Amino acid sequence: MLPSFELLMPETLPEALEMLAGYAPDAMPLAGGTNLVPDLRGGKRRPGVLVNVHGLDALQYIGRQDRYVVMGAGVSLADVLESELIGAHGRVLQEAARVFANPLIRNRATVGGNLGNASPAADTVPPLLVLDAELKLASAGESRWVGLEDFFVDVCDTICRHVELITAVRWLVPPPRTFSRFRKLTLRKSTAISVVSVAVRVTLGESGRCVDAAVALGAVAPTPIRVHEAEEVLRGEALTPEVIDRATRFACTAASCIGDVRSSAAYRERVTDVLTRRLLAEAQEWSEEQWERS
Amino acid sequence: MSLDWLGPGRVPVTLNVNGREVEVTIEPRRTLLSVLREELGLTGTKEGCDEGNCGACTVLVDGRTVYACLVLAVDCSGRCVRTVEGLRRAENLHPVQEAFVDQDAFQCGFCTSGQIVSAVSLLEQNPKPHRGDIERAMAGNLCRCGAYPNIVAAVLEAARLEEAPDAKD
Repeated sequence: MLPSFELLMPETLPEALEMLAGYAPDAMPLAGGTNLVPDLRGGKRRPGVLVNVHGLDALQYIGRQDRYVVMGAGVSLADVLESELIGAHGRVLQEAARVFANPLIRNRATVGGNLGNASPAADTVPPLLVLDAELKLASAGESRWVGLEDFFVDVCDTICRHVELITAVRWLVPPPRTFSRFRKLTLRKSTAISVVSVAVRVTLGESGRCVDAAVALGAVAPTPIRVHEAEEVLRGEALTPEVIDRATRFACTAASCIGDVRSSAAYRERVTDVLTRRLLAEAQEWSEEQWERS
Repeated sequence: MSLDWLGPGRVPVTLNVNGREVEVTIEPRRTLLSVLREELGLTGTKEGCDEGNCGACTVLVDGRTVYACLVLAVDCSGRCVRTVEGLRRAENLHPVQEAFVDQDAFQCGFCTSGQIVSAVSLLEQNPKPHRGDIERAMAGNLCRCGAYPNIVAAVLEAARLEEAPDAKD
């Protein structure tokens, strides 16, 4: 049995934000519930009031606005997987959605919930980091866009205030000739928390050199991280084994792995190296194909 | 009743379960699983882990499979809930249920209703699944007896039965 709480059922987003403001800091938003309900049951979180934002229309859209792909934070992982727009302009996120937990969780878990829960191993984060995504944090009467890289503070801690709700996520439509991929290692094929996850984005210029790059890691630090040093190595270079090797070394240096129930620290470090190297090697293969085609 | 304020005491909620409107008076903290089993007597939906890992409590809400142990019952007000009890067609078992019997797709049977609900959902979305489609679609349903090969065989057989209902004879 879950502990006792009051449940508020807003019909609109402004109503939900008023409720969060009215009951802060004792109120929490409830979205898909795939993290929050087990946390309530286990006593990890004890809010007196839950504001049910699951199913609010204002949080359920995926669309194009000017140069951005924008989606409501209430979009489920199953919705992400089915979206042609995200397939075209955010493949790295769709790859993460494909291997996210299992179909039952994907039907229910929301993107906003996965971000707000702020697990170091959250699978939507490395993809959204390499897309340079921004989050909309709304409270009653105001809202702000923040870069995802500035959002996380520590394990399960973010800059989101008690009165705020993540309402949307957006990223610029990537330029043509952009490669973006996600890989993770898990101890079984489904319903598994990532041991290490890696996302890579590479954009090629006319010359076939890399004009922009992003590398992000999950589950190797208190929060998912971007590895800017690795990106600096890649920028302006043609992808070669030497360049890939240097970038990968920076990724490994940036990781501050711990040992836990899923893996030793040493194994995590090794896997960070292997997955980063593999994704960059795939990017190299892809870039050579692009070059031959042009 | 205004729906904008609930609990923590008991509140009346109308649910649509297997096509029937039912009214229950429950605390908002009650999960769909506990209301199905303890208020409505629909014990085909099983409680396994009660934390969204095992899939014994799989039901359909608005046509999508969910873990009933992770969903608040009051959040299902206005939505359509289907449980294993609602799959039967008139007096006959659902073809997936028949195929599970034919293929011996269970040992202890505790996970079976969840497996069947996930399989029905898969076949409604993809009537001709390949083995890999079945393995991926049912990855949220554990079988600790390890009846997986027969479960996959049953879903393949159900797909054949649905395509050509007389094929079995």
